[in-house]
Amino acid sequence: MIDSLILFARKLLVKLVAVFAAFIPGIAFAIQPYNLPVGVTETSKEIFDLHMFGFWISFAIGVFVFAIMLWSIIFHRKSVRPTPAKFSHSLKLEILWTVVPIIILVALMIPATQVLTRTHDSSNAEIDIKITGYQWRWHYEYLDERVKFFSNINTPEEQISNQEEKTAEYLLEVDKEIVIPVNTKVRFLLTSADVLHAWWVPDLGVKKDAIPGFINEMWTIVDEEGVYRGQCAELCGTRHAFMPIVVRAVSRPEYDDWLAERQQGAEEEAALAQKADWTPEELLERGKQVYSINCIACHQTSGKGLPPAFPALIGSSVVLGPKAAQIDILLNGRSGTTMQAFGALLSDSDIAAVITHTRNSWGNSGQDQTVFPQDVAAQRSK
Amino acid sequence: MNEATIDIKTNEMAHDDHHGPAKGITRWLYTTNHKDIGTLYLLFSLLMLFVGGAMALVIRTELFAPGMQITTPEFYNQMVSMHGLVMIFLVIMPTFIGLANWMIPLMIGAPDMALPRLNNWSFWVLVIASIVLMSTFFVEGGAPSGGWTFYAPLSTEYAKPSITFMILSIHLLGMSSIMGALNIISTIFNLRAPGMGYMKMPLFVWTWLITAFLLLAVMPVLAGLVTMMLTDIHFGTSFFNAAGGGDPVMFQHLFWFFGHPEVYIMILPAFGIVSMILPTFSRKPLFGYDSMVYATASIAILSMIVWAHHMFTAGMPLAGEIFFMATTMIIAVPTGVKVFNWIATMFQGSITFETPMLFAIAFVALFTIGGLSGVMMAMASVDIQYHDSYFIVAHFHYVLVPGALFAIYAGVYYWLPKWTGKMYNETLGQIHFWLSFVSVNLTFFPMHFVGLAGMPRRIPDYSLQFSDFNALATIGAFAFGISQLIFAYIVIRAMFAGKPATQEVWDNPEGLEWTIPSPAPYHTFETPPEVK
Ligand SMILES: [Cu+2]
Repeated sequence: MIDSLILFARKLLVKLVAVFAAFIPGIAFAIQPYNLPVGVTETSKEIFDLHMFGFWISFAIGVFVFAIMLWSIIFHRKSVRPTPAKFSHSLKLEILWTVVPIIILVALMIPATQVLTRTHDSSNAEIDIKITGYQWRWHYEYLDERVKFFSNINTPEEQISNQEEKTAEYLLEVDKEIVIPVNTKVRFLLTSADVLHAWWVPDLGVKKDAIPGFINEMWTIVDEEGVYRGQCAELCGTRHAFMPIVVRAVSRPEYDDWLAERQQGAEEEAALAQKADWTPEELLERGKQVYSINCIACHQTSGKGLPPAFPALIGSSVVLGPKAAQIDILLNGRSGTTMQAFGALLSDSDIAAVITHTRNSWGNSGQDQTVFPQDVAAQRSK
Repeated sequence: MNEATIDIKTNEMAHDDHHGPAKGITRWLYTTNHKDIGTLYLLFSLLMLFVGGAMALVIRTELFAPGMQITTPEFYNQMVSMHGLVMIFLVIMPTFIGLANWMIPLMIGAPDMALPRLNNWSFWVLVIASIVLMSTFFVEGGAPSGGWTFYAPLSTEYAKPSITFMILSIHLLGMSSIMGALNIISTIFNLRAPGMGYMKMPLFVWTWLITAFLLLAVMPVLAGLVTMMLTDIHFGTSFFNAAGGGDPVMFQHLFWFFGHPEVYIMILPAFGIVSMILPTFSRKPLFGYDSMVYATASIAILSMIVWAHHMFTAGMPLAGEIFFMATTMIIAVPTGVKVFNWIATMFQGSITFETPMLFAIAFVALFTIGGLSGVMMAMASVDIQYHDSYFIVAHFHYVLVPGALFAIYAGVYYWLPKWTGKMYNETLGQIHFWLSFVSVNLTFFPMHFVGLAGMPRRIPDYSLQFSDFNALATIGAFAFGISQLIFAYIVIRAMFAGKPATQEVWDNPEGLEWTIPSPAPYHTFETPPEVK
């Protein structure tokens, strides 16, 4: 606690000095168009129109209220008007400013209800995609298509910690995008594996909570090809800010090609999971891939983790110690921490591979340098 | 016969002893005097304002530029959560209870609060609760980091140890608030001076009476909710765990059944304060007293059936979303009535601009901005985009900072001379106002834009397109934070020095509180005044 306070104070001081040095030329703020995106779906466009409608009505009411206040402030100040009026009620006025707002609200309510009703109708979707929120990444499963994958943020930690220049898509980039075809009704089935998350892509005009144990529905029809970015919108723990969403909308043929490619990949994966005769080199190579998909969000590419929440794997007693303990943690998770159980998510080969990877990377060198799928299978069946 | 005479004598002597405050620390520990307890509440909240404000500045410093600056994501979440809890439960609510303690007896001509010992207890329970809450920083894993809304399952199944302490603290805070509310209700019901009918009560008294009933209605729901959390965490129940047959969304329903009325608990007394100040400095009676009372009551009743507008993305059935959209829109009507009544009060007045009036006018203007963005959010289909974005953060800070907090400042400047018997420094007050007014807008107005552009709330780091306006907001926040030091200086100085205040303090203000000397004597209205 004290240490972190001191560290905090030191960082603050450095920052403040840097800010004063850097800020003076930066005063001229580039004012960009800061508004809701119009977006690329009928829903997002309707929402935008309603938003502007609501805004202009609010603007008008605001101008009216402020104008009267300003009028009173200027012309009804004591120096201008030493004797105040005496009135203290007017039934007519009071009825007027009860009834007029009601009319305005009804005018907002009707179109808002129409749009709402339409967004609730997720029937007749051509494609169903199940989205599962995990701490802190998204899992996409194309139902009936045998395609499923995790989508992780892939902004390098060095950019986040200001050691490297930030690139244009900072924090809004992922290793695997979710791909959907344009002009097609796609239904999303949302759930969560742990805590609440919310799947939000502003350009699509969709946001909904991912709730463990429940399935929420929403849908979209994207009009234009392109890449659309969003973020998790419900506080889901430490790395809530670091689970972006990237949707790539493509033409139907492109989508079909992508899907076919993915399905082939899935078959190769399945074959790999069945493969029995792994060499240590193959395991190492495979393990690196598995690690980058499943582990880097917390333990980091560097293996240094983000202590204290996410321990370092470098020099970890579990990683350097006997293999049984590490296999157990991978299979069953670690209760009371955010280390989840991977038993149901990964094959024996992948678990063996990723353990082998951690035992041979970042200078780690301890007991049981190589773990084989058979070891995992044996422990799984216990 | 003789004995009886002696008895009467000793009684009278004892009575005489009671007239001055006790000496030393015991005066404050054991006090049952409404003015002392009011002072304690106000000073406590002032201290907490700076604690919560410091947390806000940590948040704003982290958000000054993209990239992690000074915190870790985990510590940032702790700051966000504790900032909310502190500002709501340890600043805004206790300040209003402090003002109620000081002013309600003076306004209705009562000698004290109806339940003085309960009054003492409710303050000290608050202090204990705040110590428990602050102690969470030293619990393993740190303070609560699941937001001030501490949603399940992040704060139940996935709770860290400090959540249990937070639950204890919330229980104590709830007890304190309920005791405060009971006291206020019984005081207003029983101790009004002869002739003070309900429709003659000052609006601050009215708004507090209604607020107190809201507190009684919803604090037990919060207590029940955190108890369910407690048993989920420690005793294996599954109220909010779907795997055990529970429902995480039920948590949100219960939370917001408390949480939305809570929003009005933090703003109705502010309405009351502003409704007292505008007439004084406009030199004109309040416009539409009756409709103000009815509007306040309608807002309170409606506030209990709008809760699920906080949950438009949680996946409610269509009918539910339409219902909550409609009720939320309806609540804008009585709120609008209030705003229009206030501007009609100023209209054709003879206005002067002392510090309380400046804050009251700013309240009306800036609360209106917060109210209008609220109407935009009521449209459920549009709220899909607004929900959990910085647009929401902008909205509720407009309602709570230039809303509730500015009304509190207005009230403090208005009544401070009555409390201390000395005028505060008007020049400094004006400086405090203008700095606050400019910086509060600089802080919170840009948040509307980053929110619309897609920035989620509760994130320690953001993508590059949000940089400029976040930097602006951080500058505003520091300016605002520093300006509040002026306020603390003004208040503390006015306790010890300054021009003596007259009995009326202002130019012919209305109300019983201005018929007693300044500073208000330790005991007032021991014989009830006659109200015509
Ligand atoms: Cu999330």
